[in-house]
Amino acid sequence: MVRQSSVMDIISPIMVGPSSSHTAGAVRLGILAKNIYNKKPQKVIFRLYNSYSLTGKGHGTDKGLLAGVLGFGVDDARIRNIFDMDVGIEYDFEFTEDFNRHPNAVDIIFEGDLNMKIEGDSVGAGRVVIRKINEFSVKFTGQYNTLLLVCKDVPGMISRITGLIQNVNITSLHCDRQVRGEEASMSICLDGDLDEKAIKIFERLENLYLVRYVEKLGS
Amino acid sequence: MNSFEDLHCESERQNKRIYEMCQIAEAELADISVDDFRKLIKINLDAMKQTIKNGLARCELTFSGMCGADCSKLQARFAVRGALFGRLYEKITAYALAAGEENVRMGKIVACPTAGSCGIVPSVLAAVSEELQINEDEQINALITAGEIGRIISNKVALAGAVGGCQTECGAASAMSAGALVQLLGGNSQQILNAAALAMKNLLGLTCDPVCGLVEVPCVKRNPFLAIHAVSAAELALSGIVSQIPPDEVIDALKQTANLMSPMLKESAQAGLAKTKTAIMLERKIRQYQ
Repeated sequence: MVRQSSVMDIISPIMVGPSSSHTAGAVRLGILAKNIYNKKPQKVIFRLYNSYSLTGKGHGTDKGLLAGVLGFGVDDARIRNIFDMDVGIEYDFEFTEDFNRHPNAVDIIFEGDLNMKIEGDSVGAGRVVIRKINEFSVKFTGQYNTLLLVCKDVPGMISRITGLIQNVNITSLHCDRQVRGEEASMSICLDGDLDEKAIKIFERLENLYLVRYVEKLGS
Repeated sequence: MNSFEDLHCESERQNKRIYEMCQIAEAELADISVDDFRKLIKINLDAMKQTIKNGLARCELTFSGMCGADCSKLQARFAVRGALFGRLYEKITAYALAAGEENVRMGKIVACPTAGSCGIVPSVLAAVSEELQINEDEQINALITAGEIGRIISNKVALAGAVGGCQTECGAASAMSAGALVQLLGGNSQQILNAAALAMKNLLGLTCDPVCGLVEVPCVKRNPFLAIHAVSAAELALSGIVSQIPPDEVIDALKQTANLMSPMLKESAQAGLAKTKTAIMLERKIRQYQ
């Protein structure tokens, strides 16, 4: 019979407390956002919503988000005193409520050579989902290696792109667009790895505006 | 093997202990050797012991000021006047409180199954192993047993206070801990599963009503209480007492209770302890400070 789950999901993660959703989840959202942005920003603004906003300070959600954006792991002991560290970028926190958003939602807004807004939710037990990059809806959990693309909304893009992923199994494909003929987004989750060479090919493709290959999160 | 019934039948058929079947299946799932899987579990076991050690030595308060200094009080009392139930009781309660406090002051912990319940399995495992001088291999066997019990519960109901209340966090941890202790003391698979069922049955309906929405009150002190609760369940099961409701059906009842529980009592801080007069006062104080 197929095993539905693993004991490693039960006895884990090794993390800085106190909450898997509000602390470890926050770190993971920060890590995913950092890997999507993929540059050193001048400034990061974190906008926390609802439960994240109301109980975030007591749970170290603010510290966790910043730690993730700096690339710290969920078990990094420096998270506790991160506000005393010289982290080399400006940062700010906004606390707000919007009941159209998830109870544990955050916007991570990067400013610098490239401006980018990333929206994510911490959905429980340390699991997270990135829902939006700028205005594009994506579905990105960090459980799989994922190729995130923003391209021109023209016929044949999906087959051209997936045609280039020959030796790796695609676990899911999520597409979205705002206006016909303008920009569209794709998030492609993979079972295996894409090497640098393959990613370079994507970067050279016509009609592709953003290419990010984000590796899955560690435990 | 996705139910306790499967687990018990296979254990009898293959003449293997629960942890043995689990480690083979887990190694297969992750495509690694059984030895490598046990090494991963050992990393978590060591991290749990380190959490306890750190927690025993600290007494700083949390950001809210509600928690952090209780384990030192308990240790001080035990140092002068030993616990009524002896050294093992002292260790289990102090270790569980140490880990729970370490969690809320943002120390490093192992979620087992959650961060808020991180003291229950480690305290029983570490304290009993120290007092009875049980070797590390046996401790790993017990921790795998705990994980397997938690895994099977989680197949039916998500282990998160927001989904099922505290019964699915500290309650599940106590059931896992009871089974682990029976394994540690040499009980058979039926006794292991009965210990888990007995512990779980007695915690059905436990709500999640955290004061100020923080994983502090009543969460931290619930850790030592439910660690001791696990010991009672293990002792009953080892004597041959069985749960009249089979373990899988107890988990069905857990799931139904989780579904019927008001969302106001599931980690939303809208009822119960979270809305007492004092809790509302504390909430105002913390908000002001923010």
